[in-house]
Amino acid sequence: MEKLIFEISSEGRKGYSLPKLDVPDAEIKSLIPQDMLRVSEAALPEASELDCVRHFTRLSQLNYSVDTNFYPLGSCTMKYNPKVNEKMASLPQFTGLHPYQPESSVQGMLELLYETEQMLCRICGMDAFTLQPAAGAHGELTGMLIVRAYHTSKGNPRRKVLIPDSAHGTNPASAALCGYEVVTVKSDKNGRVDLDALKAAVDADTAVMMLTNPNTLGLFENNIKQIADIIHKAGALLYLDGANMNALMGVARPGDMGFDICHVNLHKTFSTPHGGGGPGSGPVGVIAALADYLPVPRVKLKRNKYVLDAESKKSVGRVRAFFGNTGIIIRAYCYMKSLGCDGLKDATVDAVLNANYLKAKLKGHYTLAVDGEPCMHEFVLTGKDKKACGVKTLDIAKRLLDYGFHAPTVYFPLIVEEAIMVEPTETESKDTLDSFAATMIKVAGEAASEPGLLTSAPHTTPVGRLDEVFAARELNLRWKKPGA
Amino acid sequence: MLAAIGVSSAEDLFGAIPEGLRAKKLDLPEGISELELKKDVHDKADNNYSTNKLVSFLGGGAYEHHIPEVIESIISRGEFLTAYTPYQAEASQGTLQAIYEYQSLICELTGMDVANASMYDGASALAEAVLLAVRETGRTRVIFSEALHPEYRQVVRTYLEGYKVGFTEIPHKSGVYDEAMLKKETDDNTACVIVQNPNFFGFIEKADAIEAICHAKGALLIACVNPLSLGVLKSPGEYNADIAVGEGQPLGIPMCYGGPYLGFFAVKEKHMRRMPGRVAGMTKDANGRRGFVLTMQAREQHIRREKATSNICSNEGLMALAACVYLSSMGRDGIREVARQNVLKSHYMKDRILKLSGFELFSSAPFFNEFVVRCGKDPEKIIADLLKHGIMGGIPLGRFYSGMKNCMSICVTETKSIEEMDRFAEVLGKH
Repeated sequence: MEKLIFEISSEGRKGYSLPKLDVPDAEIKSLIPQDMLRVSEAALPEASELDCVRHFTRLSQLNYSVDTNFYPLGSCTMKYNPKVNEKMASLPQFTGLHPYQPESSVQGMLELLYETEQMLCRICGMDAFTLQPAAGAHGELTGMLIVRAYHTSKGNPRRKVLIPDSAHGTNPASAALCGYEVVTVKSDKNGRVDLDALKAAVDADTAVMMLTNPNTLGLFENNIKQIADIIHKAGALLYLDGANMNALMGVARPGDMGFDICHVNLHKTFSTPHGGGGPGSGPVGVIAALADYLPVPRVKLKRNKYVLDAESKKSVGRVRAFFGNTGIIIRAYCYMKSLGCDGLKDATVDAVLNANYLKAKLKGHYTLAVDGEPCMHEFVLTGKDKKACGVKTLDIAKRLLDYGFHAPTVYFPLIVEEAIMVEPTETESKDTLDSFAATMIKVAGEAASEPGLLTSAPHTTPVGRLDEVFAARELNLRWKKPGA
Repeated sequence: MLAAIGVSSAEDLFGAIPEGLRAKKLDLPEGISELELKKDVHDKADNNYSTNKLVSFLGGGAYEHHIPEVIESIISRGEFLTAYTPYQAEASQGTLQAIYEYQSLICELTGMDVANASMYDGASALAEAVLLAVRETGRTRVIFSEALHPEYRQVVRTYLEGYKVGFTEIPHKSGVYDEAMLKKETDDNTACVIVQNPNFFGFIEKADAIEAICHAKGALLIACVNPLSLGVLKSPGEYNADIAVGEGQPLGIPMCYGGPYLGFFAVKEKHMRRMPGRVAGMTKDANGRRGFVLTMQAREQHIRREKATSNICSNEGLMALAACVYLSSMGRDGIREVARQNVLKSHYMKDRILKLSGFELFSSAPFFNEFVVRCGKDPEKIIADLLKHGIMGGIPLGRFYSGMKNCMSICVTETKSIEEMDRFAEVLGKH
């Protein structure tokens, strides 16, 4: 167990280095009225630089990560994050830029942003992109705001958003945040949109349908053209949750499928690291008819100079301060430039190949949620038949940690009982896939022979199975100074 | 691999995509090597003028501060950088404990009870705070001052587009809240009053007076604060704010042309179940050992879907770690010392500029590390000229306030030496 930084703290210890004050010293209260000043000091720790380095290094060693472990998290696209991209994003000529610098002093930055938008347009078959949203869900909110602005300009914002029951939780949450009522559309047994259910749900009050393609069972919506027709005939828009774009690069483009708006996750498909939960970036692309609704500012090229254009009467406004998570965007730019037209397609093909290979290896040991056709970049198993051994999907996930593998995504999608969602990505070798498959098969055997090994797992991690119920009941969300 | 799958080519795996939808070759250049990539990116980077070439006095929501090297060394560790959201707690104790420590540090700094694991940035954190207030009070009016950061005002309006909420924007009086007007406008239908402290101009608001007006009508007080200023300034907890949010970028995060930054979000305990975003909590494992998990998840989108308190999923985890390392290494004395230097240096700069002819103070309101001067000439022209001398002057406020075309805000942090300030004053003096 690693102590808290507050427990490491020792009075009088110092870990910072500031220049000696070179202007006349004064009491702060002679410059700022006393009643505006802090009364009680913040109880921050007192630690040396070495204390901090050791503490946080030891903490880091308690983590699984892509750099240390295979991370087959479905829907999360935990691919390798190339090191050169990190280096490029940390150049002082980028990190030292203030967002309010004159445009003439940031031409290189603006050019990079502009080119990134252009590349995303071509990959997605869209006409314009905004790089402002800070994450996928932020992109969804931006998309819903565009939908609202579009319909409002036609006289009625409309009321309903159609979302399949297989969708990510962010979809309904984003629609609701934008003031829309969510209508859930039933999926068929393969997790594809049930066209009859869709026809029954769509009406003149439908603003948009949010769809993930390939869907969260890893299957391409082969009726996508019909879906788009049904939606468009009702005067509604079609939105792509681009979380699964890693199955489509260079193979098929959302714009060609009839999507009017899409977001992509740079921290999934475009290889930027997840950082333990962010920062990400969720650019949003639209067809030409919706370009004027994109958030401001937009990067434009005028007379050979890049400018930030904040003028657009139709724009939904700003969804955050300043331009966007540019540090992340630089990494994605590097990724797209490195791979290029063929490399991006190869990445997608290999991701799909890896997923199908793993699926073939596991078939017979686990029940597939959908059988009989190839998957795209991910596939879903169900752990329901392991229940007979007294073992839940959660136990399988925890047992995998003992073997040094991060667990797949579990209990999602909601339409599959005891779901186990596996996405290997293209950057894993056959050796890693074989090793993971062998372990999954071994765990399936253990479930039958020694279920207690699973239900009490994990055994080799820094801590054993953690009590979430206790955490929720006895909320302890912060350290408090003893006696405070 | 193909044989194991039972297909003859990888193309066969894409059969579900109708022929007509198959993409032609992507209209992008061929890929390039690492060497070529570095050249391409360096060419672009060298076309920027950043703080490695220029002396900058820009503020307005993004600040140049000293960033201890220890931060980069920690946050670039692959074990933190390339981990996912800590859903598998036993394999993510490093990230989870760091979040718990971050939450604790933010609570200590802001004087609030509970903090979440982060939001996208200060502006979106503020917008979510307003949503909390609207839902909690069931009221429909939101009050803020014109001195609230102009982009934050826009973001709040954008986020609340789908709600039946009205906004009252109170004109500033000499750069700070017009208390008389605030009192007049605050009523039983006011969901919240937002006070930004220091505000967009850098001035310190009379938070106690604003609190009294706000709470007299039962509205929630949202404080949007610069966390670094809290080394010396009264904390939101000390003036009884209900929600404290702000931009965490000053806490060890580079300016990086606007992102990634860090929205922090802290509340009084009674509001915690309406809080957006992830929260880490302490618990124990099967053997009674201490450990950490994500908790209070019944508020979140992956459980509650359209009934969630927010749609946020990915946040700014690594930036929260940066702030955690920053506050740990600066520590109790460092945060006070750096805040003092900001106050003392910016006041030195103010005194230097006031001695120049053609410049006067816009307001005598107290300030932290930025202030507003009225110039004899068009600030846009002054700034263009300063750039020729390697100086990034302040923000021409006419860009945001039509009535302040001759005004410029100037920010001075601990990064500026007395020589740099004297040189800035010297060049300014020629205008």
